[in-house]
Amino acid sequence: MSDTASVLAVTVPESKRSVVRRQAEHLPGDDRFALVDKHLKRVHFAQDQLIETLHVAQDVFGSLSDEVLLHVARALRLPPSMVYGVATFYHLFSFEPPGDHSCTVCTGTACFVKGADDIVSGVAKAHGVRAGETTGDGRLTLKTARCLGSCGLAPVVVIDGEVLGHQSPQVAVDRLDAILSADAPQAAGLGSVVVGGGA
Amino acid sequence: MPERPTTVAIAIDGVDVEAYQGETVLQCARRHQVDIPSLCFLEGVSTMGGCRLCVVEVAEDPRLRPACATTVAADMEVTTESPRLRSYRRSIIELLFAEGNHVCAVCVSNGSCELQDIAVRCGMDHVRYELRSPRRHVDASHPKYVFDPNRCILCTRCVRVCAEVEGAHVWDVAHRGHGAELVTELHQPWGEATSCTWCGKCVAACPTGALSHQGSAVGEMRHAPNMITWLVAARQRGEWTEPEARR
Repeated sequence: MSDTASVLAVTVPESKRSVVRRQAEHLPGDDRFALVDKHLKRVHFAQDQLIETLHVAQDVFGSLSDEVLLHVARALRLPPSMVYGVATFYHLFSFEPPGDHSCTVCTGTACFVKGADDIVSGVAKAHGVRAGETTGDGRLTLKTARCLGSCGLAPVVVIDGEVLGHQSPQVAVDRLDAILSADAPQAAGLGSVVVGGGA
Repeated sequence: MPERPTTVAIAIDGVDVEAYQGETVLQCARRHQVDIPSLCFLEGVSTMGGCRLCVVEVAEDPRLRPACATTVAADMEVTTESPRLRSYRRSIIELLFAEGNHVCAVCVSNGSCELQDIAVRCGMDHVRYELRSPRRHVDASHPKYVFDPNRCILCTRCVRVCAEVEGAHVWDVAHRGHGAELVTELHQPWGEATSCTWCGKCVAACPTGALSHQGSAVGEMRHAPNMITWLVAARQRGEWTEPEARR
């Protein structure tokens, strides 16, 4: 981590120092950047590793904030606009912090034929959230996906990484309710689970 | 002095002309005063081939080819005007108008706009497609320049000029498809972009009123894409010709 900071301090011209300093300030306080830096070192800060690095950063942070994008841009010595352009081009990168729990409904052809749309609208209605968004309290993110490759299980719903086949709107909503109510009292900090597990 | 380039013979609209080996059909045509319409092409920066206005017909090839990205070959027979090409070009222009908010009457570039010129040339008097009328916010945060995304056609001339000629790479295209837009750095206001050098090359290169000088009123804006071409040529050759010879 400190390697990154020192490399940047040398290569970035005086006029851009303010950006580096602003970015260096957060480094000691946030262990998650160390995980990204570990990956960056492994790939020798190669600029063509941008997408892989963004994947790692998203795994670590849950989403790509401006702070993270700037960190990656400075570390790979790429212009921030290019990093932003690449990150926003791909649907797999998200920029909003994810909810505590996730529900991904497959809307591929097989699942669509088996009524995936009803599941999406059912969950959306039950939790007051639109597809691709997170509930206001940050508890649940509803996403859609294009074919998970488990068409034999159609319609497929993935809740917190667990693939569930032959779903119906009611079954999916019940399952979500059970999961959400199970840890309702714990007001766990956002992303703390990821940090503990990763580090 | 550079060596005289080898030449090949090609035919443009039935006229035999001499083309330099390795140059594009568009460059050859322009050298021989055949004006193929184009928007994203700018001599001096890399080729994007995205606007597709410069499509031409090449004999014995059923596909249309973008003149800006097609290298000349010996005995090539190129057609730059035909009913088919006219209809395609008009469709492209109409789609560009339908995609953004292009209102010439209130535009800083009215009267000196490449998009407008080509629309007039194609005989476009109305848009056959439903207007998307997107909501886009003007960025006037820069002390010297204004970016109006409503008038942007995403030709990426500014992106390429900033990255390749100025070397700052302040601009880039974010998102994709109908959501694509120009951004400065991490999609922050242009005035807060620390890497912007205020050089104004992006404004000079812009074909429409999307990039303009602060304080320009309707019809007042004059772009200078030829200045970019002149600048790149001067750097490459190490020869600074008279400004009159910029064309």
